[in-house]
Amino acid sequence: MKYLRFVLDHLRKDLRLEWRGRDAINGMLFFALLVVAIFSLAFDPTGYPTTTRQISGGVLWVAILFSSVTALNQAWTREIRNQVLDAQRMAPSPASSLFLGKALANLIFVLCVEAILAPIFIIFYNLHPLGNAWLFLLVMPLGTWALVVNGTFFAALGLRARNRELLLPLLLFPVSLPAILAMVQAASGILTNDIDAIQINLWIKQLAAYDIIFTTLCILLFETILHAE
Amino acid sequence: MDQGTLTSQRTATIAAPAWLRATAILWFIATVIVLLIGFRQALFTAPPDGELGDVQRIFYYHLPFAVLGMVFPYVNLVASLAFLYLRNRNPLKALTADALALASAQVSVLYVTLMLLTGMLYARPVWGIWWTWDARLTTAFILWLLYVSYLLTRKLAAPDQIAPLSAVLAVFAAVDIPIVYMSIRWWRTQHPAPIFGGAEGSGLAPSIWPPTLWNVAGWLMWGIFILCFRFAVERRNQIADQEHALQAIEASLHDHQG
Repeated sequence: MKYLRFVLDHLRKDLRLEWRGRDAINGMLFFALLVVAIFSLAFDPTGYPTTTRQISGGVLWVAILFSSVTALNQAWTREIRNQVLDAQRMAPSPASSLFLGKALANLIFVLCVEAILAPIFIIFYNLHPLGNAWLFLLVMPLGTWALVVNGTFFAALGLRARNRELLLPLLLFPVSLPAILAMVQAASGILTNDIDAIQINLWIKQLAAYDIIFTTLCILLFETILHAE
Repeated sequence: MDQGTLTSQRTATIAAPAWLRATAILWFIATVIVLLIGFRQALFTAPPDGELGDVQRIFYYHLPFAVLGMVFPYVNLVASLAFLYLRNRNPLKALTADALALASAQVSVLYVTLMLLTGMLYARPVWGIWWTWDARLTTAFILWLLYVSYLLTRKLAAPDQIAPLSAVLAVFAAVDIPIVYMSIRWWRTQHPAPIFGGAEGSGLAPSIWPPTLWNVAGWLMWGIFILCFRFAVERRNQIADQEHALQAIEASLHDHQG
């Protein structure tokens, strides 16, 4: 329970900082909108509803993936200012609670962006989901967590690297590929209703398994990252 | 003992002992001989394939690269785990493990690259296209991406953090590979690609076995040779770095005495 309190403390601190500045959410939202706009140049979303349905799942996740990378890159930089991270290193609380708090905060930021983005996306791309749209309530958080948990971890890993803005996507994208595959397949499946419900469920289960495995791995290895010298 | 003799004694340990040098040369000669036998078997002795003709001979090179490209990443994983275990217990031994991890990652990337290239050369005449997003090809490509990103991390990370960070990344990559394999297999078997006709593993004819085995053995020996070579170079770099650090400390002590 003490551990949970540490996590909540870190989470509260990050939420408060974000509430005061709102840098991450505003930046991500605008970036995602730009990606949506650029994809509408690549194909005509209103003219071809079937094609739009088939590729919208992918476009949505690409927009979220790229925009969340911009925020994740900044996630740890506010800890560097005034040597806050050094203080965190010496703090008696377990290192993984710092990580979990940060990852949960990032999850909330990205989910906020998705909540605003989703209606805009539906309007701009003239989407009518043919499958069970309520499943998105499961797919979006699970997929976002898969991105955010690894992203927060790799952002901390590359914190002192040269070109750290470049390093994060180079590490995050290859490791996330199975999760991205599952997210895109599940989302397209719900939108087009082409594949049957059992398969969509299997993709969601796979996403959940990916989340569990990589969350465990991140929690186990975060201390090595924080004290890597 | 003055400073000069101390340094010369220590640098003497960098040079490889004579027996190791002799073993390396003998190993290299043996590797070349085995590869030559494999070459002769693959290109001249083995009969041309009934369906595919001479093109099928690429298989004798493609298969060893594919098999060994899956083996060397395990060396990398074991070395990385050893590094993480030894890091706080025995830092000097941990450095050795790190050198092995780097060497095996480089050899992995080399072999997977060769596997992809020979695979494309094989696919073009047989399937009619250079590349298809089939389960196995996609998995191999992602394997390649993961180990290239590993090497990039080693290049970009802060010098004192390279070893622990890359060891952690190696664990991530190793956990990711089976998941990639399962998910993509499951995904693509839903839509079997019609061009995927010439299954290579299905029932090897007896005439195919000798050239295959000679080539696997030869490329394995070659891989071990360059792995050890890269390992030795990396060890020398590490020892030279330690030497620099020691000399700097000695020099500063000298200044204080003087």
